[in-house]
Amino acid sequence: MIRFFLTKLLYLVPTFLGITIIAFGFVRVLPGDPVLLMAGERGLSPERHAELAAQLGFDRPLWQQYLDFLGRLLHGDLGNSLVTKKPVLTEFLALFPATLELAFVAIVIATVIGVPVGVLAAIKRGSWFDQISMTVALVGFSMPIFWWGLLLIIFFSGTLGWTPVSGRISLMYFFPPVTGFMLIDSLLSGQKGAFASAVSHLILPSIVLATIPLAVIARQTRSAMLEVMGEDYVRTAKAKGLPFRRVVMVHALRNAMIPVITTIGLQVGVLMAGAILTETIFSWPGIGKWMIDSISRRDYPVVQSGLLLIAGLVMIVNLLVDLTYGLINPRIRRR
Amino acid sequence: MRRMSRSLIAASILALCAAMPAAAKTFVYCSEASPEGFDPAPYTAGTTFDASAHAVYNRLAQFKPGTTEVEPALAESWEVSEDGLEYTFHLREGVKFHSNDKFTPSRDFNADDVIFSFMRQASTDDPWHQYIPGITYEYYDAMEMPDLVKEIVKVDDHTVKFVLNRPEAPFLANIAMPFASIVSKEYADTLAEAGTKEDLNNLPIGTGPFRFVAYQKDAVIRYQKNADYWGEAPKIDDLVFAITPDGSVRLQKLKAGECHLMPYPAPADLDSIRADDSLKLDEQPGLNVAYLAYNTTVAPFDNPKVRKALNMAINKQAIIDAVFQGAGQIAKNPIPPTMWSYNDAIEDDPYDPDTAKAMLEEAGASGLSMKIWAMPVQRPYMPNARRTAELMQSDLAKVGVNAEIVSYEWGEYLKKSTEVNRDGAVILGWTGDNGDPDNFMGVLLSCAATGDGGANRAQWCNEDFSKLLSEAKTTNDIAERTRLYEEAQVIFKEQAPWDTLAHSTQFVPMRADVTGFVMSPLGDFAFDTVDLAE
Repeated sequence: MIRFFLTKLLYLVPTFLGITIIAFGFVRVLPGDPVLLMAGERGLSPERHAELAAQLGFDRPLWQQYLDFLGRLLHGDLGNSLVTKKPVLTEFLALFPATLELAFVAIVIATVIGVPVGVLAAIKRGSWFDQISMTVALVGFSMPIFWWGLLLIIFFSGTLGWTPVSGRISLMYFFPPVTGFMLIDSLLSGQKGAFASAVSHLILPSIVLATIPLAVIARQTRSAMLEVMGEDYVRTAKAKGLPFRRVVMVHALRNAMIPVITTIGLQVGVLMAGAILTETIFSWPGIGKWMIDSISRRDYPVVQSGLLLIAGLVMIVNLLVDLTYGLINPRIRRR
Repeated sequence: MRRMSRSLIAASILALCAAMPAAAKTFVYCSEASPEGFDPAPYTAGTTFDASAHAVYNRLAQFKPGTTEVEPALAESWEVSEDGLEYTFHLREGVKFHSNDKFTPSRDFNADDVIFSFMRQASTDDPWHQYIPGITYEYYDAMEMPDLVKEIVKVDDHTVKFVLNRPEAPFLANIAMPFASIVSKEYADTLAEAGTKEDLNNLPIGTGPFRFVAYQKDAVIRYQKNADYWGEAPKIDDLVFAITPDGSVRLQKLKAGECHLMPYPAPADLDSIRADDSLKLDEQPGLNVAYLAYNTTVAPFDNPKVRKALNMAINKQAIIDAVFQGAGQIAKNPIPPTMWSYNDAIEDDPYDPDTAKAMLEEAGASGLSMKIWAMPVQRPYMPNARRTAELMQSDLAKVGVNAEIVSYEWGEYLKKSTEVNRDGAVILGWTGDNGDPDNFMGVLLSCAATGDGGANRAQWCNEDFSKLLSEAKTTNDIAERTRLYEEAQVIFKEQAPWDTLAHSTQFVPMRADVTGFVMSPLGDFAFDTVDLAE
């Protein structure tokens, strides 16, 4: 198991290096220039432009800038934002809990609903439940997040007035962040009603963010279950006279879980992408919105280091998923 | 019922807000973006100034609310020497700086603070010039302050003299701009000693109507009323900026009572705002202009007759109706009508395709092919450049001109549009910084602004026009300056380096119970005068 773990860990090194190149290259491939964006309509004389570019280190050859970036990275220095002038890591750490909280709740919603729906659709294949749930899943998968979010806001917050429009907690509550997770901080603050307010603010954004993963997980569970239910050992288990419930929950589901867990792991990447739009609509102060702002301002250090941090995170989650396979299926860890 | 439940909730939220500590009055502003920082000097975004300069700081002089007129602020009065080279400011006494956890001022505002506030921007040797690595003072530079200011002298604790290299009439307006906000020297010293200089940008200390309390990045900024304010104290106790980047969501928040006032509504939402009894809508013409700049150095656009003919071929009213959806007015001058020295006697070139066609033939430019540059982004002066360009294209086709629409990424667009040999006419615009006519005509149309990287995108250098501008800049006599600028506008209209398209209207929706909000022609959002009706 340790060897399995170490091999997996070793694979991360070239992947991570590759990501540094992509992260560094991506924002520079985009047309546009942070110095010019700062000047706006006023324009900038070529001399002043050169002066500012030199001050920011953009006048040097790209490979040199890249090596510089890599070198500082090894020292744990992710650079400073061009806009706020603050260290990228400080900003990331301030914003990341908000995204994590939202993504965590979303993935829990997606899994808790998605897996049972998929299982049920598989064992009742062809039934009205199967047909309807899979159609809804297809619609959910194709839903434009921005439009979907706005629709929910207008209906639930605007028309019905059940949920707040946006933000993480009502403005009447004011306490310094301790963990950065509003659900926990609101409890720690001891202020009456703070936790309920935090929960009510989380409902719509987490539903919006969960929509696509939920659809994917439900469909993946269904197809994995269908495959497993046709296997010989399941037929044998049925023939032995085991209760159907036990056949499904223990024999079939456990084996069907491997592709499902892979899918759930892959959804972390989807969640990060979805967070960008969800956070923008719901004014959720997380890293998705931060990345969007930074890309539009061509804030190179934030975009490259931010991408790196997010990619690193997705990599770690995938590693954990790999390890989970080992736990679920002993054959994998012995290979 | 639906409406009732909604307003009940709105009412209860507002009531809850109002029920905050000791029944404090809390005013919530749904701002559109996060501030870049809280030191106004290194930044250029209006959002940043709303969160820093207008709430927390004061300047020596300020714009009288709702106007671009300069009035005394931290300076009680000033004198200008005969030759226009020396400005002596007499500072207000007894003005207190805010305090926070790290700092309690031991003295009142004085001349040292003024000198510190400017010298840190002016002098590369100042220990505070680069207090955050990579910092630049864009506005100080852009307003030509480094060339303009020779020295700043402390006459005594309450008198400061600015000595200029040349007379410059817009100088006082510059002093009223956000970059010229007065920061506390004593606070800076305290921070330097503690080794936390960057807190000047994180935890601002000013003399303004509101004291900074806390900022949660990308989410909320909190302020408290400055009880010791030297001016008229704010009527609200707490001011909160709820950062809400999406325009439709801002409106939903406003309707739900989660905030009291918001900036930049979408033109399509205006009717629904007007129809809502719980809301009201303020509007005023913006201090801006949208234009189409020909490249006047490239044939046949070097011929004023061709430019005028093209101007007459374009139906501006159609653009106002279709693109601005009525929220704008046709522009005939390069400065907006609310600005002093606007020459209303000038007649705009009429929309007249037949005459235009004949003029093009006369100039030997019939069957002309040209490019129209449409910017890829929405700006306060131009809701949709692409649509505007398409309307122009079809208008020009009617006079036999074949126009091709091109566009680039915004940063590229800004850069390429300043290139001397640019092919095509550029749609762009301008929003005033300080309300001085020179801030439009000097910045955008003078000979000095031509060349690669300059803001004169018509590359139009007219000696007579530029001479009038220089003269106007060197006298402080408003009547004389008005005459000179009016004359300059006549030359501009004859020469037609631009087709002046539109001045857009600004809208500010707010809850019906908000009183005392004054719209600023400069687009600032300041809340020292607002109140909530009981």
